This record gives sequence, C-alpha cells and structure tokens, in this order.
Amino acid sequence: MSRTLGDVILDVRNLRITAGKNVLVHDVSFQLRRGEVLGLIGESGAGKSTIGLAAMGYTRAGCGITGGSMVYDGTDIRSMDEAGRRNLRGTHIAYIAQSAAASFNPAHTILDQVCEIPFRESGLSREAVRARAISLFRELDLPDPEHFGDRFPHQVSGGQLQRAMAAMAMCARPDIVVFDEPTTALDVTTQVEVLASFRKLIREHNTSAIYITHDLAVVAQIADEIMVLRHGRMVEHGPATQILQNPQQDYTRRLVADRAEGHLDRPEAEARPLLELSHVTASYSGLFKVTNDVSLTIHRGDTLAVVGESGSGKSTLARVIMGLLPREQGDIVFDGTPLSTGLRQRTPDQLRRIQMIYQSPDVALNPNQTLYEIIGRPVSFYFGRKRDTRARVLELLRLMDLPESYIDRKPGALSGGQKQRVGIARALAAEPDLIICDEVTSALDQLVGEEILRLLKRLQDELGIAYLFITHDLGTVKRIANKVAVMLKGQMVAGGETRVVFAPPLHPYTDLLLSSVPEMRADWLDEVLLRGK
Amino acid sequence: MKLFGHRLTIPAAIGLAIVAINVIAALGAPILAPFPEAEVVGDAWAEADATYWLGLDNLGRDIFSRLLYGARMSIGLSLLITMLSFALGIVMGFTAAIAKGWVDTLLSRGVDLMLAMPTLIFAFVVLSVLGTDIPVLIVTLAILDSVKVFRLARSLAVGISALEYVEVAKLRGERLPWIITREILPNAMAPLIAEFGLRFTFAFLFVAALSFLGLGIQPPAADWGSMVRDYREVIALDVPAPFYPAGAIALMTIGVNFVVDWMLSIHASSHGRRA
Repeated sequence: MSRTLGDVILDVRNLRITAGKNVLVHDVSFQLRRGEVLGLIGESGAGKSTIGLAAMGYTRAGCGITGGSMVYDGTDIRSMDEAGRRNLRGTHIAYIAQSAAASFNPAHTILDQVCEIPFRESGLSREAVRARAISLFRELDLPDPEHFGDRFPHQVSGGQLQRAMAAMAMCARPDIVVFDEPTTALDVTTQVEVLASFRKLIREHNTSAIYITHDLAVVAQIADEIMVLRHGRMVEHGPATQILQNPQQDYTRRLVADRAEGHLDRPEAEARPLLELSHVTASYSGLFKVTNDVSLTIHRGDTLAVVGESGSGKSTLARVIMGLLPREQGDIVFDGTPLSTGLRQRTPDQLRRIQMIYQSPDVALNPNQTLYEIIGRPVSFYFGRKRDTRARVLELLRLMDLPESYIDRKPGALSGGQKQRVGIARALAAEPDLIICDEVTSALDQLVGEEILRLLKRLQDELGIAYLFITHDLGTVKRIANKVAVMLKGQMVAGGETRVVFAPPLHPYTDLLLSSVPEMRADWLDEVLLRGK
Repeated sequence: MKLFGHRLTIPAAIGLAIVAINVIAALGAPILAPFPEAEVVGDAWAEADATYWLGLDNLGRDIFSRLLYGARMSIGLSLLITMLSFALGIVMGFTAAIAKGWVDTLLSRGVDLMLAMPTLIFAFVVLSVLGTDIPVLIVTLAILDSVKVFRLARSLAVGISALEYVEVAKLRGERLPWIITREILPNAMAPLIAEFGLRFTFAFLFVAALSFLGLGIQPPAADWGSMVRDYREVIALDVPAPFYPAGAIALMTIGVNFVVDWMLSIHASSHGRRA
C-alpha cells in the first residue's frame, strides 16, 4: 500500500484535554498528512473519541482543551472563534459516528440529509449537490444509487445506513474525516463490505482520516499509521505494519497477541448427554419461526458455541432452553429427564442446574442491591439455612478474584469487567451443571473480555461445568469451544465438533462467517475482496 | 449547603422552608393558635391588632387561628388522599404490568374510562350522591387520583420487568411478591417519590377547589378553600381577609413544587451518572 502522501494538513501538538480536575488526554501529538489514515486504538476510556472530537475543535460538555495546539491548514483550531469552528466542522473536517441509526433524522429522506450541509455551505445548486451525493452512493456500492437517497433511514439496512453516513460526511468534500467506531455495531459479514467501501472512498478522494476503533484487526486493514492509547496517554505510535508485526511496548504486544491463541480440545465425554435438543421449533406469537428444527447435544465439560449474525435466532434458542419462550415442537432432555416447555412447570432443582450470564452486566444486576444480596440470594433460595450464605458469597468473590471488601458494595461502584464477574458468581452460586453465556464479552473491552474468557475456562477445568456459548465473534469460538452450531435465519446450517465444522469442506455460510473475521494482517481485506471476485 | 448528600439549590431551600413552616403550623395548630378554631371572639371583620394578628372573620373568629387549623385540615387531608391513591395505584399498576394479558387490558381500559371523565365533575356527582363526610371525600379523591398513579406505576414496572435482573429472578423461580418488592419497587422509588410530591399538590388544590365550591370540608371546621369562599365577598370592601388563605394555598403549592423539582433533578442527574 505504498501511496504518495501530501503535506501535513493537521498538526496536533501536546494536546491536553481535561474534565474538571481529571486529565482525559495527556500530551498527545500527531501529524496527519493529506491522504493519510491514522488509526487510534485503545480500550474504552483511553481517550480515542475525545481526541477525534477535539480534532474538530469540539469537546463534550464538561470537558475542555487546556493545552497544546491543533493546526489545521495553517490555523490553530484553538484560536478560532465559535463561528470559525462551525465552518470547519462538516465542511472541512467531517465526523462519522458509531450508530448511524441515531445520527439520521427518521423524519427526512437520506438524500435530504446527505445534501443538507454542502447545500448550505458550498453555494452549489441543489442539483449539483444531489448529483454529487448520487455519485458517492455509487462509489460506496449502495444498491440503486439513483433512488437510494429517496428512502427513509428505517428503510435501509444498518450497513447501508452506515455507508450513507459516510456519503453525508464526504459530500462536502472535507479534507479530514473522523471515523468513530463506524463498524462496531455491524455484523462481521457486513463489516467487511462497509470497510471495503470506506477504504475505496478515502483512497479515491485522497482524503485524510482518523479512524477510531478498539479492534486492532479492523484498523490494520485501513490505517497507514497506528497510535495506541491507554488512559489518555500515547503508548505507541508508528507505521501500521510495524505496530502489527513488531510492537515495541508491552501493552501493544498483549493487544496483538490476544488474538493468536490455539485450538482447545476436550477429552471425550461420558455417554449420557447433559442437554439434548431434538427438532426444537419456536416462534414469537406464531408469526414466523425464529428457531426452526434445531437439534444439538451438550455433554458435561463441553463448550458448545452457537454462532450466527444478529437475527439468526441464537438468543431465542437460549430463551427456549431456559423456558422463557415456550417451544412449539421438539424435545429438550436435561440429564435424562425431559424439561417442560414453560418456566413455571419446572422444578426448582431443574431451574438451579441451568444458569445464565448476560451480555450487559449493567442491566443484569439490580443496581439497588449489594453484592451480598445479588450473589447470596441464589444460595439462600436454593440451599436454605443449610449453608452459611455470607461465607459462601465470600468464597465466590475469592473465586472471581474480587476483593472480599466488595461484599457490601452495589454494582454502580464496580467496573464493567468486575460487574461481569459478579454475574458469573451469581450463576455459580446456584451450583449449575450448565451455564448459558449470551454474548458475555461483547460489551467489554478486548483485554477485559479475554480475562473473563480465561476465568470461565478455569472454572470449567475446576468444576466441570458445561457452557452454551452464544456469540458472533468467531475468533472466540475457535479458541474456547470444542463444539459449534452455526445458525442462519433460525435454522442450524452446520454443527458438531469445532475441528470438523471449521475444517474443509465448509458449509458456504460457515465459510462466509469465517472469512469475514478480520485478521491482524494489513493485506487481509485485499485477499478477501480478491477471493470474493 | 447539602441535604442527604445532594447540593441544595436556592429554590429548593425556599421550598423546603415553606413546607417545613406549613407542616409545623399543621402539627402544632392546637398549641400555636391563640384561639380555638370555631370560637367567636369579637365583632365580624374586626381589623388586625396585637391580639388578633390578622383580624377577625365574617363571624368574628380569629383568622390567624383558623389559618393554622386550616393548614392541619388541608395538608393532612391531601396527604391522606395522596397516600391512599399511591397505595391503590401502585398495587394495580404493578399487577397490570406483571400479570399482562386480560388483567392488564381490563385495568388499563377501566383507567382510560375514568380519565375520559372530567375529574371535578365526577367528584361533584359522587359527593352529591354520597354526601360530604370526610371519609367519603378521602376515598373518592384517592380513587380519582389513583388512576394517574396507575399509569405511572404500570409504565415503570413494564420497563423494569423487561430488564435482565428481573428475568434472572424469574428464572431462579422467585415468587411474584418477592419480584415486586425486591426487584421492581426499589428501582421505581425515585420517580414515584417525585410523583408523590406532584400528586400531593394536585390533591391539595383539588380539596381547596371542592371546599370553595361547598362540597369539601364542611363548617365549622376550618380549611383554606372554604375560608376563601367565606371571605370572598369582602374583597370589594378592601378587607384583606380572603388573601390570607388564598396566599397560603399558593405558597404551599409553590413550595412543594420547588421541592419536587429538586428531587426530580437529583433523580435525573443520578441517572446521567449511571449511563
């Protein structure tokens, strides 16, 4: 990807951003040349978005730029007045947000919104701006570019809307585009298309870009330079290839290394399966089948991963197993006894033996209860006075590597990763045989998610629990699951041992999913696109 | 200045002071009032002096004493009405939200029917038929008010019961009372408390309006609404008497509203922090 880069368009020196007494960004400096793409990477709270917004002379309420300079095209953005900055934003420096759905006004057509700023600022005729927007739709590979803009935001898919947002940003022909996690909310298969469109657009227009993401593999596809941030400080800054292949700092090495673990094999399990689903079908109010004729088996100590895009029926399957959504057909047998369809007909012991861990620990824990109440309730509920609840809660906290002093805290005083540990402790308090994990790491930062996975793995080794792991992240599946079920539109298209399912000959959909997971190589996207042709 | 760990704004401080003074007046009326509430102590419309601080009323009773007893009646009655309406509204609202199905439909449509009728007219009809005893007044107004509490309680419970921690409790096999009292109610408390303040002022104004129209508190008991009614004719004669109870009603309403605003802002900011 050797391209000639122009002169420096944005020169940020010793940028310092504070919120009250807290320093959010410490002395960050970088230069952006015309046509260059800078990737900002780090966990949440690293200051990525704050820097991205600051490049437009903007800070969130309560924050302020208190040091350094940001020279755009010869002028310091900090010395501009509000009118100058407003002129800068949208026309010279544009912004693409994570959620396009939240950024479009549902009451206007896409074309009107894409054309709004250039029409107001550039003095071009409405027709000229429209023509420009339509040519952008074409460049972004949007379907029927002539009429795409006549639709309303809810009439197009998430990936299309995200591309329409890129068209909106590019329509005023800005010098710099700030991409703030633009593909994080998309499915892996959609992410590939959107990434390819973005890259094509940036290159063709020779636009500079700041690309913010927490996913190193994504930024590897698009960035010339990568800056790794942590706690508002620069950890490492260099050419993309150097960061990926030869990271100098320990933190960067961990980020790069976390993706590269080997397969996991479990010893052959006993004959009687722990959970067996045969031809299970369920639907919401009988309208359309969200889970159609699914059969699978889980043995003790197994980790079965259920994978698929959003809307494929993964979470519904979990709800059917738990009895929250009564199944219409099929049988579920748990440890030799059939499970009734609904929750209420199940015995407390059946309920106890299957537990669940949720995606978002913020809503999975009652904010008004202390950890003692949250973790202790299953203990006293299922085991009554036989056990010393407090001693058991302390034991579970130790098992989760949480300080014992946290026992009287409420979830609000814990970090995201700690809350997820509490969710796991609550599930373990019931001493289950099977835990259903619904996207347990997707709301967490990469390294925190890795810790949670390692913890789950350790618990499995110590306690022999089986996991049903619902996820859209195939990288995780390859590492932790010995069995896998691939779901597409409510049906299971492939299933069995991970080694077998993920080895040729592949089901076409499995192949698509696997090839859509970004790899930590700069030329991965090119290969995928080449293969697609 | 801080109260319960939250910064006290100037309107909130004013509001709390007004509410405190009124509550002290209401509780301490028999001790603080210089004269009994219904005793004739002089000539009608006697002017204010050192003995009769605000003058005497249409029958020669001490206005200041009646104002204190009126606080007792107006505030106490509104508080009883509001508490009863909340008990009814929360129980019905939570039941509708959790039971769903036909229970929800029945309760919600019944409430819609009640809301379709103008409250004052409805109260008029009921009170004219059943008479204006204080217990009848309390129950009637509480039922009328509870439909509004029902709607808030139901929507709060619908939102909270969709959250995963409630699902966890259901999956554990918890019974309904536990889910309501331990999982849902504590998380609905903040908006319910703010609504309590708001509904209290409405009940308060409503009692005053009914009394003014002659359907509320009956003589010789003092309450601010009926005092305005008794004194209204002398407003043309430059006697300030009607302004005292009217001012008290206005002041109390504004005071409670200031406090409610403050509580709502605390609730909003604590939610902002959590997000």
